[in-house]
Amino acid sequence: MAEYMLETKNLGISFGGLKAAQDVNIRIKKNQLYGLIGPNGAGKTTIFNLLTCIYKPTTGTFYLDGEEMVGLAPHKINQKGIARTFQNIRLFNNMTVVRNVMVGLHNCPEYKCSVLESFLRLPRHFKVEKEMREKAKELLRIFGLEEERNNLACNLPYGKQRKLEIARALATNPKILLLDEPAAGMNPNETEDLAQTIRFIRDNFDMTILLIEHDMRFVSELCDELTVLSFGTVLAQGDTKTVLQDPEVIKAYIGG
Amino acid sequence: MEVIVSTLINGLSLGGIYAMIALGYTMVYGIAKMLNFAHGDIIMVGGYTIFVAMAANNPLLAVLAAIIVCVVLGVTIEKVAYRPLRGASPLAVLITAIGVSYLLQSLAQIVFGSAPKMVTVYEFGSVEFLGTTMQVSSLVTLAVTVVVMTVLTLFVKCTRLGRAMIAVSEDRDAAQLMGINVNGIITITFAIGSSLAALAGLFYLLKAPNVSFTMGAMPGIKAFTAAVIGGIGSIPGAMLGGILLGVVESISYKITAIAPYTDAIEFSILILILLVKPTGFLGKKRREKV
Repeated sequence: MAEYMLETKNLGISFGGLKAAQDVNIRIKKNQLYGLIGPNGAGKTTIFNLLTCIYKPTTGTFYLDGEEMVGLAPHKINQKGIARTFQNIRLFNNMTVVRNVMVGLHNCPEYKCSVLESFLRLPRHFKVEKEMREKAKELLRIFGLEEERNNLACNLPYGKQRKLEIARALATNPKILLLDEPAAGMNPNETEDLAQTIRFIRDNFDMTILLIEHDMRFVSELCDELTVLSFGTVLAQGDTKTVLQDPEVIKAYIGG
Repeated sequence: MEVIVSTLINGLSLGGIYAMIALGYTMVYGIAKMLNFAHGDIIMVGGYTIFVAMAANNPLLAVLAAIIVCVVLGVTIEKVAYRPLRGASPLAVLITAIGVSYLLQSLAQIVFGSAPKMVTVYEFGSVEFLGTTMQVSSLVTLAVTVVVMTVLTLFVKCTRLGRAMIAVSEDRDAAQLMGINVNGIITITFAIGSSLAALAGLFYLLKAPNVSFTMGAMPGIKAFTAAVIGGIGSIPGAMLGGILLGVVESISYKITAIAPYTDAIEFSILILILLVKPTGFLGKKRREKV
């Protein structure tokens, strides 16, 4: 086991002349709740896209649990153990809630069943499908979505869609969960509820979590450590309290 | 009465063939988000494969050979011609597909010549059914169609791989970040579509025992029409559209007895349906959030 669950080394990417991210070094320990914050356009989602290999970095590299990830296909990245949610929710809208989670369970070895077994409708096919459904229900229960498992994902209210996205990502059995603005568009009650759920996941799944967030109260309550980005570069880094009192950080946020 | 029954069964079996081809169009469209205009020509390749393999005089072997050749061909076309264009503009992919279509036709013309070849796969004979004489091949076509569609529907609805296919068709990027190998799923889709095209080629030969290098063109376009009528991207839609088109063709042929008129009637129906319901019967409406 490596010292850090996730480690980026001088990670950077340019689009044409624009340096969307440069020299980003982040180190996240196992079981840590780590925040990535910064003003709009600072390059936070770009970092997520780099970490899921949607983008190929122009400089630097990153490691998951000591293993270099750059150059892998996005679906391999997920199989290695990085799962994410999206800033603008991207559920499989015309599938039911439970089937969304079952897609997340796609690569779980216990639920693999050969095409032939499925075609011939052998007992194993039904057994595996049933177990998969049970597992999905269990995950939904954590997020309080069990009752709505047979609704179409697009018919869920906004806050629940966000939760379903986390449940689906969690279903892929990741080592680290990347949450892109999980509390966006939520009211204070929902946000509080979400913070509890995220803590629950960290503790009960022994999960490492990296999240992007704008809600400062949410971040300061939840995260152990922060990295602040501004114009693609790291402005400040360290434990949450210190970073949030850093005058540079306050300046970047409030302007001045 | 007899006329009605025989027209209907002819229409249903013809519709079954269209539906089988339409499934290839609709699944590729739904999952790879492209129109594979070379799909009709896969039928032609299947037809020639049967023609060649029938030298061994074993219909089952010939059908098996056709399925294998078509699957390999379909998957190869996807790998060589379409995969490098993933992410390119849809028009580039469309033109490539039309190019592949002409390439296949020209190759077939060079290898087998322009004159149609006769091939008799199997003589099923005819049977008395509800007072009319029916071709058994029509009934076989109908039966196989029903079985194939049931299996396919169950496959997509109830299996892990089928679920992954729907996920890819809903949101490709999100699906790959859930660990689904999108290219793999697209390959499987082409394989399924091509094997259905091979079957369609077989049933076509049972109806009209001629193979020619253009034999895939018209059924291809009609099946595409069927897929659009049913709502492109929708599997039950392709079945519905195919069957509907087959029945309409059969009825209008009975009434007019002139083939070009039946084509005119079919394509007029397409236009009418698109005027009233632009997404086709079972097509999904894209909701735009404002």
